[in-house]
Amino acid sequence: MENNGTILRVENIHKSFGDLEVLKGVTFDVTKGETICFIGPSGTGKSTLLRCINLLTQPDQGSVWLGGEEVTNSGKKINHFRQRIGMVFQNFFLFDHLTAIRNVEIALIKVRGMNPKDAREKALEELRQVGMEEWAEHYPAELSGGQAQRVSIARALAMDPDVILFDEPTSALDPELTREVLEVMKKLALAGMTMLVVTHEMGFACSVANRIMFMEHGEIKEQGSPEELMSDTKFERCKNFIGQFDQTNGD
Amino acid sequence: MDQSVFIFQILLPVLMEGMVVTIKLIALTAPLGLVLGILVAVGRTYGSKPISLLCNGAVAFIKGTPLLLMLFILYFGLPSVGITLSAFVASLVGFIMCNGAYSSEYIRGAISSVKEGQIIAAQALGMTKMQAVRHIILPQALIRAIPGLSNEFIYLIKYSSLAYMLTVIELTGAGKMVAAKYFEFTEVFMIIGMGYLLLVTITTIAVMLIERKVAIPGMTQSGRNMLDIL
Repeated sequence: MENNGTILRVENIHKSFGDLEVLKGVTFDVTKGETICFIGPSGTGKSTLLRCINLLTQPDQGSVWLGGEEVTNSGKKINHFRQRIGMVFQNFFLFDHLTAIRNVEIALIKVRGMNPKDAREKALEELRQVGMEEWAEHYPAELSGGQAQRVSIARALAMDPDVILFDEPTSALDPELTREVLEVMKKLALAGMTMLVVTHEMGFACSVANRIMFMEHGEIKEQGSPEELMSDTKFERCKNFIGQFDQTNGD
Repeated sequence: MDQSVFIFQILLPVLMEGMVVTIKLIALTAPLGLVLGILVAVGRTYGSKPISLLCNGAVAFIKGTPLLLMLFILYFGLPSVGITLSAFVASLVGFIMCNGAYSSEYIRGAISSVKEGQIIAAQALGMTKMQAVRHIILPQALIRAIPGLSNEFIYLIKYSSLAYMLTVIELTGAGKMVAAKYFEFTEVFMIIGMGYLLLVTITTIAVMLIERKVAIPGMTQSGRNMLDIL
């Protein structure tokens, strides 16, 4: 099944919380280097879908494959897969008791077993990538939301993941901070990182995504490239959702 | 007899010996009690059902019985099942159990105050649950538990005098013997009281220094304690 560079395969994922069926069989493939944006109304299972991919939420049914190996039903090996699937959260979830650089290096040392000196060097390099090296010794509480999110991106990057999941990375940020985070993400996408992004930032989705998935009621209702989504008449529902969006907003 | 001769040549040397025993008891109990408290708190919060039940049951038992009774069981009761502990060791075991049980309550509370996102983020990086607890949850919880734990430490200083009931001649016991021999109760007990007060004061200042040292921006409420106010 590993033809033409498929790095991640999500097959028929179902998930219910009590009586509420949040995901009703979601299937898609991700090609290496691709950026996919998930858009759609709140509460349609976008975030749950991301969490099912690295099994932070256990799907009821379906399977996830990373580079030909099954992530679901992997038992204790899940921690090995999670190292290869980075995740960036809406509320950053930086470790409050650690400085920015310690946040980035801790998993390298404790999970990867890297020696502290190399880990520090790598962590600094990742912080530099997101423009945060000058803030290395600051604690999360001393950072703005945008800075904190950039550190959390560096933390995910440090593990050299095959794919990074972004769960509404800018929803807690004001427009200015949003921009600084999106710029970092755009840079990553252009550098060939495989990214799945749940977002409401249509400008970002249209200018960076290779594919946009419109989700509603636990299903992928419509999908296509940004151009298709904007021009093609079959994407009626998606266009209604976006409303009067003007593509020239995309930077 | 001259009062100053009594105090300086008879009472204080004996009290100093007792003080050494008291400090030994405290110094051995505190770290072991803390370790026990951490293990029990983690067992109660993250352990499997049997472990959690066992830890909860043990804590409930220790909290629900007088410490003195526990000491009597350890010292006078256990020999009947073939375990003989010296008075000092029996006191130590009792104190560690008591300190551990109460410490586990403070630590458990602090663990549940750590935001859930912290453990989620740790797991998303590939940490096992136990790695996340050890490297992310506990360091945060312990910082938050310092005020409670220091309180427990202060209790320990004072209930260490119960060792006297098992014939361990610590500070209180030493003083009691001098007092009974020379019939000088008021002075002796007041001086003993000052001894405990001194220990507690030193502890309080030490805790303030520790709190200031480990204060982390955003984690500890403004990081201000008595030292900063004075």
